[in-house]
Amino acid sequence: MDLLQANGVVKKYANHLALDHVDITIPEKQITGLLGPNGAGKTTFIRIINHITMPDEGTILFKGKPLNASDIYHIGYLPEERGLYKKMKVGEQALYLAQLKGLSKRDAYQKLKYWFEKFEIGAWWNKKVEELSKGMQQKVQFIVTVLHEPELLIFDEPFSGFDPINANLLKQEILALKEKGATIIFSTHNMSSVEEICDNICLINKAKTILKGNIDDLKQQFKNNEVAIEFNGDPAAFRNKLNGNYIIKELIEQHHKHTAKIQLKTDKNINNLISLLINDFQISGINEILPKMDEVFIKAVETSNSNQ
Amino acid sequence: MNKILLIINREYLTRVRKKSFIIMTLLSPLIFAGMIVVPGWLNTQKDTKEKIIAIEDMTGLYQDVFENTDYIKYQYQHKKEAIEKKEALQKGFEALLVINSNLLQNPSDVQLISEGQITMNVQNNIKHQLNTYLRNEKLSSYKIDGLDEKIKEVNNLRVDLQTIRLDEDGKEKQSSAMFAMIIGMVSALLIYMFMLMYGTQVMRGVIEEKTNRIVEVMISSVKPFQLMMGKIIGIGLVALTQFGLWVILTLAVIFTLQNFVFNPEPQQIQQTMEMAQNNQISQASQTQEAAAKFNEVMTIIEDANIAGIIALFLFYFIGGYLIYSALFAAIGSAIDNETETQQFVMPILLPLILSIYVAMAAFNNPHGDIAFWFSVIPFTSPVVMMSRIPFDVPTWELVLSMAILACSFLILTWFAGRVYRTGILMYGKKVSYKEIWKWFIQAGK
Repeated sequence: MDLLQANGVVKKYANHLALDHVDITIPEKQITGLLGPNGAGKTTFIRIINHITMPDEGTILFKGKPLNASDIYHIGYLPEERGLYKKMKVGEQALYLAQLKGLSKRDAYQKLKYWFEKFEIGAWWNKKVEELSKGMQQKVQFIVTVLHEPELLIFDEPFSGFDPINANLLKQEILALKEKGATIIFSTHNMSSVEEICDNICLINKAKTILKGNIDDLKQQFKNNEVAIEFNGDPAAFRNKLNGNYIIKELIEQHHKHTAKIQLKTDKNINNLISLLINDFQISGINEILPKMDEVFIKAVETSNSNQ
Repeated sequence: MNKILLIINREYLTRVRKKSFIIMTLLSPLIFAGMIVVPGWLNTQKDTKEKIIAIEDMTGLYQDVFENTDYIKYQYQHKKEAIEKKEALQKGFEALLVINSNLLQNPSDVQLISEGQITMNVQNNIKHQLNTYLRNEKLSSYKIDGLDEKIKEVNNLRVDLQTIRLDEDGKEKQSSAMFAMIIGMVSALLIYMFMLMYGTQVMRGVIEEKTNRIVEVMISSVKPFQLMMGKIIGIGLVALTQFGLWVILTLAVIFTLQNFVFNPEPQQIQQTMEMAQNNQISQASQTQEAAAKFNEVMTIIEDANIAGIIALFLFYFIGGYLIYSALFAAIGSAIDNETETQQFVMPILLPLILSIYVAMAAFNNPHGDIAFWFSVIPFTSPVVMMSRIPFDVPTWELVLSMAILACSFLILTWFAGRVYRTGILMYGKKVSYKEIWKWFIQAGK
């Protein structure tokens, strides 16, 4: 089931079209990466979900019903450009922001205590925000975002400003939230983190959705029919054997082993390759090369740009 | 609605707890009270040092003219011990008065010689005593019967102009232009000061939220309009708190100073004003008169419908603050940092500054055309109308001015809200008036 469904969403600004009939579906209890080059329209879309701006056209369904203002209680949003009131004390500020999200003061206090202990930041409660390092502020901000246990969480570049240890901690927390049943929209330019945590992606380019779906499916779709094969034997013989039927893109020798990257022609598959080689070479490993997400990203964007 | 209360609460508490607010709120009443009490106190302190004036009377005509006062003593020098001027001053005399000839014939042939500057008080006393004596001399030279009696009668004549205003129902009311002016001036200045101080605080608050980048977090929980109004109202309450504390503390300080520190006569303050007006009156009658005047002022205060003035003051205070702070909020939302404020703040400051000039002019002509128009235009009306109110503004003018102020508050807040909504999410753009107008139009779509 889809938690959020955007159909034909259009948003115009004075000088440009930010979203042009965008259709996006966010499956429930999964992590969906919202990707796209700078200025593609991601932030505008997120702002529309958050009821910060209104679409000019199109509908947004939240749990099957048109999105309305009270739904923001079920949404937690960590914007890319984030900040806190510098002069306010950490605890006081967290309580304030939690209450604005509809929590009662007592609930907010109790939940904050839990999270502050979990992140080991209880000692900061009475410190002013300006005394905290940037990473520490990010932690506070993350807590405030998830505190009211929203059904939909939107993280815009959540890892920026974190050291690897804390980034990992955060990643674990995000995955734990998903386990608990939260639906997560994850907007980032960091493709390796997309690969690590996303189930689906949705790629926006120049105000249009150009690609969406399950990551594994997309990788299949974008694969180049390439195979990496490790073997022992004479590389020249190897070249001869494959000549004409397969394209050898790369052949390197390493630790007395040879590794070749081979592109299959459309009428061939891995089994054909294996049966061709199996009698003459000792094959120690073979696997299909799936594209990395950044390759998918670049390819999709370039295709869509050249189609215009 | 609950959210706007939360925002108001935060805006209010964070400001009221600031050290700068506490210091300013506690220290200012001392300064205000000082400005009111110190002149009165100084008045009681003057001339406590005894001054001796030596008199060298060459003519011998004025031997018993000068009477000693509390602090000024006159000492005649007889001819045989006539001393050199320098010497006289070194002997400890404050000054040397030399009368060279008959002053009735030659009134300018008298000199007061001293090393330092002679205070006005001493000069006035000498002039006063000589004048009185010479006038009586001159009169008695006409040889009129019963002259002494007549002189007394003449001297006791004094006009005390009573200013009476007629009520609408024809009832007579005593008025005091002086008192009205003070009320008008103080309330106009207070409104001006608070609009400026707290309006710019609203702007700074908005810029702070924008540069801190907390604004996007905020508006994912609350509507931009709630955020803006919460800030405006919260800061407005801070202003009212400060104002209330100032009034209470100032009164407390004055009361304390008067009763326990300076301990002057109760009418001291009033007396100071009176003395400034006519310092010819002799000390004794002055005190009496001051007491009478004081009572008079008290009745005027009671008559002046103080409750009405306070209610109007609060209305214009709040109304003026609201329209200016809405504009300041719109400006704050349009720019990225405080250094860029200049070009947008100037056009807002102009009517504000203009209003204070018009208010000054309105003291002299509270019912003129200029005073009327500027007390109807919403950008100047809070200050200008307050300066006119003590002079009994016609009810319809008041209603008109208040209605326009209320309407423009609604319109300006609506305008500011739309600019604000777009502005707070705009970064790194050099903003122009055209741009702001575009936001305003666009927000409607």
